[in-house]
Amino acid sequence: MNARTGRLTLILLLAPFVMWIGLLILLPQLDILAISLRRQVTFGHYTFSLINYINFFGEPIYWGTLLHTAFVSVLVTFLALVLGFPIAYYIAKIARRRSRAALFLICLVPLWVSDLVRAFGWIILLRETGLVSQFLQDIGLVSQPVEMLYNETTVIIGLVYTVVLFMIVPLVSTLSALDDSLIEAGLNLGGSRMTVMRRIVVPYAMPGVVAGCIIVFMLTAGSYLTPILLGGKNGMWFTGLIYDQFITRYDWEDGSTFGVLLLVFTTVAVWLGLRLTGQSLASTVAKRGE
Amino acid sequence: MNVAEPQSSLARWIYRAYIAVFLIYLVAPLVAAGVFAFNDSMFPMLPWKGFTLGWFFGNSGEQIGMFHDPRLLDGLLNSAEIGLMVAALSVLLGTCNAFLFERCDFPGKRFLYIVMIIPLVIPGVILGISILLLASMVANWASNSLNIELDLLRPGVFLIVLGQASFLTTITSLVIAARLGKFDISLEEAALNLGASRFRALRTVTLPYLMPALVSAFIVAFLVSFENFNTTVMLVGSKAPLTITMYDRMVRVGSTPVLNAVSFFLMIASGGLAVLSLFVQREKTEMRATQR
Repeated sequence: MNARTGRLTLILLLAPFVMWIGLLILLPQLDILAISLRRQVTFGHYTFSLINYINFFGEPIYWGTLLHTAFVSVLVTFLALVLGFPIAYYIAKIARRRSRAALFLICLVPLWVSDLVRAFGWIILLRETGLVSQFLQDIGLVSQPVEMLYNETTVIIGLVYTVVLFMIVPLVSTLSALDDSLIEAGLNLGGSRMTVMRRIVVPYAMPGVVAGCIIVFMLTAGSYLTPILLGGKNGMWFTGLIYDQFITRYDWEDGSTFGVLLLVFTTVAVWLGLRLTGQSLASTVAKRGE
Repeated sequence: MNVAEPQSSLARWIYRAYIAVFLIYLVAPLVAAGVFAFNDSMFPMLPWKGFTLGWFFGNSGEQIGMFHDPRLLDGLLNSAEIGLMVAALSVLLGTCNAFLFERCDFPGKRFLYIVMIIPLVIPGVILGISILLLASMVANWASNSLNIELDLLRPGVFLIVLGQASFLTTITSLVIAARLGKFDISLEEAALNLGASRFRALRTVTLPYLMPALVSAFIVAFLVSFENFNTTVMLVGSKAPLTITMYDRMVRVGSTPVLNAVSFFLMIASGGLAVLSLFVQREKTEMRATQR
């Protein structure tokens, strides 16, 4: 292949990439940034202004919702890791071949079911007339229907449910590659089970842990259906504010400001996570494709 | 003996009990959503009033099944249409990206590779609003300055396709690049030595090898598109896909068992497609094993 056709191939392959990233990712983000930094003077005329950001930080409900969303997202990520790790470890290291495939399949199938269906399932289970309430009455634990929707705990249970599989899948793929003889060597050298876990298994699984945490955190902070449907109208959730600004109030400036802030917040969180663990985006999230 | 397993039988027993509880947690909401599709009652709740298929096929009185509900059917068709277009577009883009990153060398390649992954870590709602705003701005500008109505850039199917493809392209690129990276380039060279043109070598050697990844990327993209809500809701016009129709129904009308029927249908259909995509993947690993 001579240099000229090589160059032509490169340009032909680069063009769709540039169009995709440029038109669908980069320009739109710059556009919402520009809109968030403007103020309408008269109809159709705008001037540069930081007023939208000043309004945001002046309104406790706005920044309080962002903080609340951040806190819950971190908590959900942590819970998903703690709950998911033993499952991933079992699938990758303990289950025998056939039950491993079956378990992994069971873990994957709900992954493909829409958030909406999963939230709907939780509603049917947990609402006042739902199955759990009915069951508690039948066994005599409570004497009247109990409403289990529209509170923080339910939102967290629902969010963990929605995202935990995205934690398990990357963990299984890194843990599967861990050679059992490393564990055996650790034990032979006198390490206790805890030490082996802490010094060998967890460090080995770190790229999977980071990948899982990033994906789970992003999905949680950006989720909408689960917190809104299970948390109800007064559940404080940041994407709910964004949708309100756009869909019910048609306020592009405020909506864009909130969008930029959510993006900045999630980007900083992901960057911090990568920085603290010494991983990169390519070594963690990109592994998903394999 | 498995060295990775806890040694005491009590610990093993607790571990297994935990796995069982976790599986129940995974399955319970899906079962709850699915099973009431078959309850012959006006509400998706107990008591059980007998088995019926009326919420799927019913067409009488108050029991209008999902296959006789025009809005749900429209939603299903719109979702399928959008899903096919998104899958085709993102597999096409993903294939170009795979060749770009696996076959070409150029300055800034590592940086652009990171850029390629970034759409996956942008929340879907932001992709939705930003594409909506940019498209509206261009359409408004064309309408005011040039007197041209660019209806394509108004909320609707075209924008939904672009919005979903914006992050699905990353996933398809990774899936296809992973397989292309394992391709033995000497096979292509052999074809060229035997007199094939570059295009012919690509068509008869490389693309058939890539086929399992292309199919599985297509299925994954179709599935994710079908169930997407966050990006879609910002871009939806008059033709609403199924998830949007179902959400409207849930919020406005409240839940009736027809929504359980839709849920059951979605679970079976996407579960089936997911298994199919795994099956294609397995074919591919078996093929690789026989090649060695």
